Amino acid sequence: MNHLLTTEGLERETLENLLTDADEFAEVLTRPIPKVPALRGKTVATMFFEPSTRTRMSFEKAAKALSADTMSFSPGTSSLSKGESLKDTALTVHAMGVDLMVVRHGATGTPWRLAEWLDIPIVNGGDGAHQHPTQALLDCLTIKQRFGSLDGLEIAIVGDIKHSRVARSDMFAMATLGANVTLVAPPTLLPVDTTRWPAATSTDLDAVMEKMDVVYLLRVQTERGGGSVFPSLPEYTNRYGMTSARFARLKPDAVVMHPGPMNRGVEIGHDVADYERALVLQQVTNGVAARMAVLFALLGGDSDV
Amino acid sequence: MFDIVISGGSVLTRTGIEQIDVGIADGFIAALGSGLEGSEMIDASGAWVGPGLVDLHTHLREPGEEWKEDIATGTAAAAAGGYTAVVAMPNTVPAIDNAQIAFYVSERARRIGYADVFPAGAITMGRLGEHMAHIDELWDAGVRIFTDDGTSLDNAAVLRLAMDYIANLGGVVAQHAVDSTLSAHGCMHEGTVSSRLGMYGIPSEAEEIVIARDLALVRLTGVRYHVQHVSTARGVELVAAAKADGLPVTCEVTPHHLTFDHNDVETTDPDFKMMPPLRSETDREALREGVRDGVIDIVATDHAPHAAREKEVPFEHAPNGVTGLEWAASVAVETIGDDMARFFEALSMTPASIGQIPAHGLALAADQPAHLVVFDPVAEWTPETTRSRSRNAPYLGTQRTGSVRATLLSGKITYEAGS
Ligand SMILES: [Zn+2]
Repeated sequence: MNHLLTTEGLERETLENLLTDADEFAEVLTRPIPKVPALRGKTVATMFFEPSTRTRMSFEKAAKALSADTMSFSPGTSSLSKGESLKDTALTVHAMGVDLMVVRHGATGTPWRLAEWLDIPIVNGGDGAHQHPTQALLDCLTIKQRFGSLDGLEIAIVGDIKHSRVARSDMFAMATLGANVTLVAPPTLLPVDTTRWPAATSTDLDAVMEKMDVVYLLRVQTERGGGSVFPSLPEYTNRYGMTSARFARLKPDAVVMHPGPMNRGVEIGHDVADYERALVLQQVTNGVAARMAVLFALLGGDSDV
Repeated sequence: MFDIVISGGSVLTRTGIEQIDVGIADGFIAALGSGLEGSEMIDASGAWVGPGLVDLHTHLREPGEEWKEDIATGTAAAAAGGYTAVVAMPNTVPAIDNAQIAFYVSERARRIGYADVFPAGAITMGRLGEHMAHIDELWDAGVRIFTDDGTSLDNAAVLRLAMDYIANLGGVVAQHAVDSTLSAHGCMHEGTVSSRLGMYGIPSEAEEIVIARDLALVRLTGVRYHVQHVSTARGVELVAAAKADGLPVTCEVTPHHLTFDHNDVETTDPDFKMMPPLRSETDREALREGVRDGVIDIVATDHAPHAAREKEVPFEHAPNGVTGLEWAASVAVETIGDDMARFFEALSMTPASIGQIPAHGLALAADQPAHLVVFDPVAEWTPETTRSRSRNAPYLGTQRTGSVRATLLSGKITYEAGS
């Protein structure tokens, strides 16, 4: 593995190895000194062209827990005149002495461009509505810790599938690891063509939820406000929200997940997020461990954990 | 003794394809015959000799965006591609919506001497889709094709009146047929690939809707109507049906829509970003079939240069367009095969007649200006360099069939392979 750009096409063995490492790093993070010297002397740069404090913090924490140095670049709020100097920016940051770059960008394919221009490993920290592979790893890790394996699990991903990189990354990784994935959304938020996807689709949450082991809720982009892609937020909640009433109908050991940030009262009931079977905070903790596994794999750390 | 003799080729004459020599003197075809002697000889053995190619859809970028291309570099690329005449699209800065800019473009090309340039005029002032451009003045300046290319003229009322006006003059309304509401945010074909990449798609219907509506207005106004860069199978069907109904309708297809499809966008390489977008495999096959059977009248390049730095950005932020002048003839022969008559019809004669371009696109005969191309239909080559100022062409580095040996404008060699 030279880069981590997408979960599509990743071998099951690669995914399993990353998850095994991530599980060990999760243990490291519970030690009194949650730090190993694996990447001492290496520099990890986070290039976030799209604001995301949480993901950036998670990557930086992961790098520091491996004793790597971190640098961060953000174009501020100006959106850098639509990425006009993207190549120059990348070359400039690289020239400062960077061993790995984590890039997040609002446009699909940006991490591939950087991988083409630079000779260092690139980690896709989220590109457009395309891919967000470390999110998929942390989600799979969370499910694996809970159920032991993803094999044969029924997983529903619910919400704005069309515009979600989380849905795309998770679907491919989960399917590769043996889960049966169903994508659930209003018809306007399903991609127009999913015929070659390893997933079923449905527009009816109530019809499919009772067999699910995992219900993964996506954030509703409330700035869309309803009215164009669905009639209104209350109508969305009524059909697709994980209300406490719906939660009560899930299988007794089924869990609910969410990539955050949540809109309580919209896609997830006000109180549901706090239930023991809602794994939201565990996902956040696992984010650091999963990203440690990725950085470790790509920077060829040779010390023991 | 002629100035130049093109010898040993298959020559497209008014009476058919003949194995003869072409003698050129004082810029004109002086003789068609055997054993002609010239002070300069061009070996055309194994090659096709016909009227210089005519491109109905070129973006020369001058005035206003000379960092992408200018009239000198654009027409040099045209000559290298076998073209002797190109129609310059009016989406320059400022737009070609008045006679002064039209004169500037054609006159500058004349002084440079690589190819004759016939500017198309905007339909509306500034291509803003609101007020009629100086259509009369443009007509008097020689403009015959009117288009707001680069954007679709969406307003049916504005278009209808322009059609009435242009029909009365005898001009052509050409449409960049992509509905702007359905294509808003879109940057590629809506389908399997856009779904996977998570990019906003442009459904095929964005093209069909505009063509269908425009055809209704053609029926109403009687104007000659030309669909630019048709990209969908149903778009072709609509044009075919309109022709069967006797409407004065023609259409063009670009080399890139004949060569690539939306699967190529999986690379997210911005060189595959164009408008209309690369469509499905099925669409591409329908377009190739349409060129062969003539439902698609012509191949036009939509040569659209952009500087490297403009394409060194994520796909979604990149400008639309690909250069085409230097490989369009190869793509045409790859599509059409060894049908020499259809090749010249699609690349020279029909474009000249649609664009009402004088002295170009004529089967060879004595006493007409020597605007000629010598084209080897089987030579294999790999484009590595370009005479365009820009290199946004996914053709570079790919093997192609069919290459230009020489291009002559008014008897002067504007391009010769290997020199
Ligand atoms: Zn156009």
